[in-house]
Amino acid sequence: MSTTPTEQKLDVAPPYNAVARHGVSPEPSHDEIARFDFLANFNKFLSGALGPGNKLAYDRRVLPAFLKEHGREPQDRFEIRRAMNKDPFHKFWSALKRNSMEMRQQNGRSMVLRQIDELNARARQFNEGRDTLELNPEIDVPRYQSAVDIHCMPGSYHGEELPGDVSAGANYDCGIFATTAGGLGALSDGGGQALVEWIKKERPGWEPRRVLDIGTTVGHNIVPLALAFPNTEFIAIDTAAPILRYAHARAQSLGATNITFIQANAEDLSRWDDGTFDWVQTTMFLHETSGKALPRIIAEGYRVLADGGLMFHLEQPEYSDAMPLYEQFIRDWDAFNNNEPFWSSMHALDMKTVMVEAGFDRAELFESGVRAVVDTDIFPEAATGDDEDHGRAAYWHAYGAWKNSDQMQHAAE
Amino acid sequence: MAEENFDWMAAANKKAKGKRPEYFDDPEDERMLSILMAVVGEVSVLRERMDTVERLLEAKGSINRADIESYTPDKQAAYERGAMIREYIYRVMRGPHQMVQELEQSEPPVEEVSRELKEI
Ligand SMILES: C[S@@+](CC[C@H](N)C(=O)[O-])C[C@H]1O[C@@H](n2cnc3c(N)ncnc32)[C@H](O)[C@@H]1O
Repeated sequence: MSTTPTEQKLDVAPPYNAVARHGVSPEPSHDEIARFDFLANFNKFLSGALGPGNKLAYDRRVLPAFLKEHGREPQDRFEIRRAMNKDPFHKFWSALKRNSMEMRQQNGRSMVLRQIDELNARARQFNEGRDTLELNPEIDVPRYQSAVDIHCMPGSYHGEELPGDVSAGANYDCGIFATTAGGLGALSDGGGQALVEWIKKERPGWEPRRVLDIGTTVGHNIVPLALAFPNTEFIAIDTAAPILRYAHARAQSLGATNITFIQANAEDLSRWDDGTFDWVQTTMFLHETSGKALPRIIAEGYRVLADGGLMFHLEQPEYSDAMPLYEQFIRDWDAFNNNEPFWSSMHALDMKTVMVEAGFDRAELFESGVRAVVDTDIFPEAATGDDEDHGRAAYWHAYGAWKNSDQMQHAAE
Repeated sequence: MAEENFDWMAAANKKAKGKRPEYFDDPEDERMLSILMAVVGEVSVLRERMDTVERLLEAKGSINRADIESYTPDKQAAYERGAMIREYIYRVMRGPHQMVQELEQSEPPVEEVSRELKEI
């Protein structure tokens, strides 16, 4: 029996007011909060109420028309995309979604840029004279980062509006609430919180000496780990200076003083000796690299990982042969509509093979599902299934391995 | 200091590098939808502001702008405001929402029904 309207609990996004502030958070005005409130709920509407229309359009008219024209099923997700891109419903839905992404950027940037002087000054207070922030201007922006502005973020991670500025970080940090409808929690760190929970269960009492976080961006998912392991040394690298300035200031203000942020390219980790780290990880990172860079990064990560150490990558699920082509197509939306040019190829990669080629034994690999850990009193649990916002759901696939764990065990026996 | 000529409003509108996909046959429609969606968003902002003013007035009798800027809804108010935004979205998005229902139902054109009724 359905409930009456008055006793129903509607699925609404948490208010942007619920987002926690830290030392370099942009201060939102009333109306800036309201803009993100609108977008968060609008994104819920796009995935929840309108999203299922895509599958209906496919099943009811796009697929039948395709079968009629070609006399066979579509062979891959690209054929489905080309056919769906002519469908009036999918076109309109995509246009709405693209607008929502563009509005998120405009709304975030206008909030950040009107207070850019204040934000830069606050960041300087946390950054100046600290040896936990190392910027290296000779680090080039890789082509896979500069070809287009990833997820339609004007200026990308490395863009500066003013010399030495942190606006790219501040904009990234504030708007992720809107695109995930609050699914990542108060500090948008639900992924990092989940990692803490996972490792404490997986290896109770284990304490890594040194951890490397590759492509850290604003450090969303490394700060919770650094706080959970206060005696561990954390190194977080990224190629983009503006992001790192913001990340360092943010981490310092949250008390994560055991992270050193370094501007470095993960394809070349030669400044670190073999076996330097007990834990090497990436979170939501690999899909923003390239066909040649990705295996190079995994191989370098393998080299700097100590025996008995953990390699861990969080990503959206890969497109295995078992995944229906329609699902592959809809998961690919961001690749072509939200400037994620490596997304489609990355998710078609067999990560296990990449890791074996980097040096791991196939038997050392593991996979696992990881759901964002958030304060569910206020923030929603990630929706998966029909309501899932593909590409953004706060539910990830983990590819991991304990390096030479077999040998270690045999040696101990 | 931001230089005199740093126009943050213009900078906020910076276009992301990368060719924008075209969703409609007529490129003008892309622009029209972007304006329309921005207005849809701003109307929601106005409604939320009105709601803040009403709640503050109800609670305090008289208010100033600083009260509005610093207003933080409690859990119940936050939920009610979320429901208000949701209702608003369903109302303005009726057209695309009905497209989904149309797909669910795959209805025959009314002309066909009309021909049928003539005969029964
Ligand atoms: C999608 S973000 C990662 C998100 C972040 N790990 C998190 O969990 O919030 C990708 C980041 O990787 C950085 N990046 C891209 N290529 C890189 C490389 N070769 N070496 C280091 N950082 C890189 C970009 O500047 C960007 O900040």
